[in-house]
Amino acid sequence: MNDAGYWSIFLNAALINNFVLAYFLGICPFFGVSSKIETAIRMSGAVSFVMLVASACAFGINLVLEAINAPYLRIISYILVISSTVQLVEMLMRKLSPPTFRALGIFLPLITTNCAILGLALFQTNKGYGFTQAIVYALGAGAGFALALVLMAGVREKLDLADVPQLVKGTAAALVVAGILSMGFMGFAGLGR
Amino acid sequence: MNAPDPLQQKKTSTWEMYRAIVGIGAFCALLIVSVYQGTAARIADNKARFLNNAIAGVLPAVRSTVEVSLDKNGALVAAAEPANLPAFLGYGEDGELVGAVITAQAMGYADNVTVLYSYSFDLQAIVGFMVLETKETPGLGDKVETEPHFLANFEALDTRLNEDGTALANGIVTVKQGEKTEPWQVDGITGATITSEAVGVILNKGSSYWLPAFERDARSFEPPQSSEE
Amino acid sequence: MALKQVSPTDEFIKGLWRDNPVFIHMLGLCPALAVSNTAINALAMGAATTFVLLMAGLSVSLLRSFIPREARIVSYICIIATFVTCVDYAIMAISIELHRALGAFIALIVVNCLILGRSEAFASKNNPGRAILDGLGMGVGFTGALFFIGVMREVLGSGTLFGVELFPDGFQTWTVMVLPSGGFFAMAIWLLVVNWIRQRQADAEKQAAEQAGETAS
Repeated sequence: MNDAGYWSIFLNAALINNFVLAYFLGICPFFGVSSKIETAIRMSGAVSFVMLVASACAFGINLVLEAINAPYLRIISYILVISSTVQLVEMLMRKLSPPTFRALGIFLPLITTNCAILGLALFQTNKGYGFTQAIVYALGAGAGFALALVLMAGVREKLDLADVPQLVKGTAAALVVAGILSMGFMGFAGLGR
Repeated sequence: MNAPDPLQQKKTSTWEMYRAIVGIGAFCALLIVSVYQGTAARIADNKARFLNNAIAGVLPAVRSTVEVSLDKNGALVAAAEPANLPAFLGYGEDGELVGAVITAQAMGYADNVTVLYSYSFDLQAIVGFMVLETKETPGLGDKVETEPHFLANFEALDTRLNEDGTALANGIVTVKQGEKTEPWQVDGITGATITSEAVGVILNKGSSYWLPAFERDARSFEPPQSSEE
Repeated sequence: MALKQVSPTDEFIKGLWRDNPVFIHMLGLCPALAVSNTAINALAMGAATTFVLLMAGLSVSLLRSFIPREARIVSYICIIATFVTCVDYAIMAISIELHRALGAFIALIVVNCLILGRSEAFASKNNPGRAILDGLGMGVGFTGALFFIGVMREVLGSGTLFGVELFPDGFQTWTVMVLPSGGFFAMAIWLLVVNWIRQRQADAEKQAAEQAGETAS
């Protein structure tokens, strides 16, 4: 059982070891959805919710796997649970908030292949977090993901209006911005002490 | 091969769905279990070899080890199953107790730092030290792994216990580089302050947890009769 | 609609440049950036992904008439996850150090959009032979891209290549290149190079077409 404190776990996941900028998880949506702040916020919300559910489920599944001593089923069971959760979120969203559902479009099913969610589940298992710690970790990861996405979207919106050479336009520029953001986030290291 | 017209595609029958899902499931399960069983022995060997190399690095006189843990009363017992951060008692050629090996971890600059270190019962001090895992900045924080004057700290780091043997007499603490005055202090590295402080915290944590039990029970501990080495 | 006859060699070659998964389609970026801090890690990750790509593509292609349309994503995910688990244990059996270096990213091969994408778009619609070629081509292209990023990061960031010291002691390494930011920068630089080459190719083709048009008229 990991003895890290809740605040330290949250800070770690959100800032110090930001999932996108330090661990390189969730890069596909990071570059795909981050051109407009609005879509970025909506995507982050959906991802955060899926992260919460996935973390809780991963905790439960891991208990079962350890009881029956079948660690080799971990990857396959985690990813199946994540896909089902995403289906669930899709259905709920269609019922409860059709405009958001339409706005997110293709990105919703793509959350399944978002490495950040599977990565969250696997990291949390590796670190041996208890249930509340896992929830806090998921909250922190979601917050960090949202922060990175929104920051990126903000910069890219401005960049679209600037005079950027043709060769650099698009993803290359986004990559450089991401690199600089990542360096900025390095300044948070040592914060959790 | 032309793609079938979607409007005329027949709905897949339930039987076909079940057949597919169960079939795929069986195929996958068979494959996973075969590979798992096939590699299990090799993986166990690799893990044991890795651990033995690490232990030999910090406690050269060891010929066999027993993993130990603390039961709910705090008494030293043989570990029922391998722990995440194991500790071992080390025995020499003739089965005599030569020392103990402890793993411990704490948060460094970027992420957890995990260390393996050895304890000598005769000297009541830490005599060997090795960093197992670190994600610290290359060239800065990771100097704790190789910097000679830092590693010299651990040739005989004093870890005597207090009067009742319940805790360290003097907590292990990292001080600024060049300011070490007592044998239980760790001389830090300028430019890698946070990581060297973390090492002090790790050693203090690990020693406070294990050493009282070791000092009380290790000499009279009966290693379970199993083929070690 | 008649399909253009694609030759088998072209099936393989297209993954290397024209349809390079990392630089053209931006797929599988997570591992491309995460484990490419040394050339060896990049190669190992590329090899593992290629293996899964190949085996999953082959399986999906062999089972394509057996998997009903409604259950296909779930089936693909199951198959891919199975092969990833196999690779995970295989790497642990080969070398614990390598497994630690690649870390959780072996398991994350499962969500590499590249594999699911190729299974869905290609393997499920083509015979096993072509699926193998496609998988190999994409895999080699992916590994190549990772390798180039890895070499840049290792040479500039640690001053070594495959662990061999390249520069004399005085060389000040650009540590940032082995940090996460360096991953982004290295990829950006290679992307720029790729874009520039493609731009020149496109310009050359346009010029050739114009000239051909002139001589014809």
